[in-house]
Amino acid sequence: MTALVTSAVPRLARGVRLRHDEARGQWVLLAPERVLNPDPVAVEILKKVDGVRSIEIIVDELASAFTVERARIATDVDAFLAGLKEKGIVTLAAVTVGDAAS
Amino acid sequence: MNVVAQPLAQPIARPAPPAPYGMLAELTHRCPLQCPYCSNPVDLDRRTVELDTQTWLRVFSEAAKLGVLQVHLSGGEPTARRDLEQMIRHCVEVGLYTNLITAGVGVTPERLAAISDAGIDHVQLSFQGATAEVTDKVSNFRGAHERKLAVAREVRRLGLPLTINSVVHRANIHQIPDFIELALELGAGRIEIAHSQYYGWALRNRGALMPTRDQVFWALDVVEEARARLKGQLTIDAVVPDYYAKYPKPCMNGWGRQSLNVTPAGKVLPCHAAETIPGLDFWNVREHALEDIWLNAPSFNAFRGTDWMPDLCKSCERKEKDWGGCRCQAMAIAGDAAATDPACHKSPLHAHLLALAEADAAGGEVAYDYRRYVVPDRAN
Repeated sequence: MTALVTSAVPRLARGVRLRHDEARGQWVLLAPERVLNPDPVAVEILKKVDGVRSIEIIVDELASAFTVERARIATDVDAFLAGLKEKGIVTLAAVTVGDAAS
Repeated sequence: MNVVAQPLAQPIARPAPPAPYGMLAELTHRCPLQCPYCSNPVDLDRRTVELDTQTWLRVFSEAAKLGVLQVHLSGGEPTARRDLEQMIRHCVEVGLYTNLITAGVGVTPERLAAISDAGIDHVQLSFQGATAEVTDKVSNFRGAHERKLAVAREVRRLGLPLTINSVVHRANIHQIPDFIELALELGAGRIEIAHSQYYGWALRNRGALMPTRDQVFWALDVVEEARARLKGQLTIDAVVPDYYAKYPKPCMNGWGRQSLNVTPAGKVLPCHAAETIPGLDFWNVREHALEDIWLNAPSFNAFRGTDWMPDLCKSCERKEKDWGGCRCQAMAIAGDAAATDPACHKSPLHAHLLALAEADAAGGEVAYDYRRYVVPDRAN
């Protein structure tokens, strides 16, 4: 399995939105003609997919927020984002220094 | 008499239905195209009876509060409404995901940019054919195909996700591979291959539209193969042709279960063809709040769940999978909206349905009765 480049910055594709569904008390990922129900772990990752944070920053933040081994989080995040990338739900941008803050 | 004391206070102890996920907002029935299978009713709403802007904004707010997540801004041609951008901005404000369902004729690049700026999430564009000749003939609009191509390219240039919608029937079913190629070439992420569904206009035109059984099964194979080949590149969703099916389609995933439809004049329907069923009492957003309609309108409760089902459906292990199939089709073919959908092989009318399809499919070239406002007879 090829791992994603950890300096890449994931972003939800245009046409995909993460929001809290008040009526049903859950988080949903809205995509063209689709409503996805991410599990709690996926929600924590998706909340950090903002087009600014890189994959490694997301992993760092999750590792400090949850007492789980960093390597395991890195593996989970990689597999999760790779799957969303294949479905066209997430896009990855390679960034050069300085771009991340814009 | 076997009298049992029953509390009178609860004549119908019906659990509240879950909230709907999607709402089809038919903003107008006006449209430059005249497709003979249009899903709008034969008796089209005129501009004078359309809801005004403020009423639509209220309906969108009520929809969001009710639990609707996605709104499909449709028609007719929704861009015929000059207040479309205002509606999109409002939907975004109240958290609704917005999908524009357009024919892409008469939509300028400036208009598309305004729609994009307003925050539209996704655009679905129809193609009546994979070539200009077929698109222009089926839509009865010369030059429609070229305009659609231009709109598709503009949508992608703006970075918006694009779905191509192609309704297939006898005149274009052979073009399914070309539709898929077209979607790829235009950069669409998704294509709908929707076999024409025979209600309203399409029922009128069934003799001109119905494909043969061989064509339908070939089409299913083509879609299956393309789906596997293009996984991760293009999502292919298919609406099945049920006249040749063994099981009925789970129409709307169940009546009044996941979605609702608001007509240009404000009537709220469980599905867009529901008005073909006589005797149903449809409530209007002018008089009722959307939640009240969803929970209490007799039209929504008429075929909700499984209680209404005939024994044939009620005893079937697929009753909560097919939800009894389609009520409008039961009406159209069996003359009874509460009958088993004749598309089901268990229906006593199944052979009759198949015979209708085969007879229509053998009809050769039949002229279309194009969708239009039916002009009242002034001859007097």
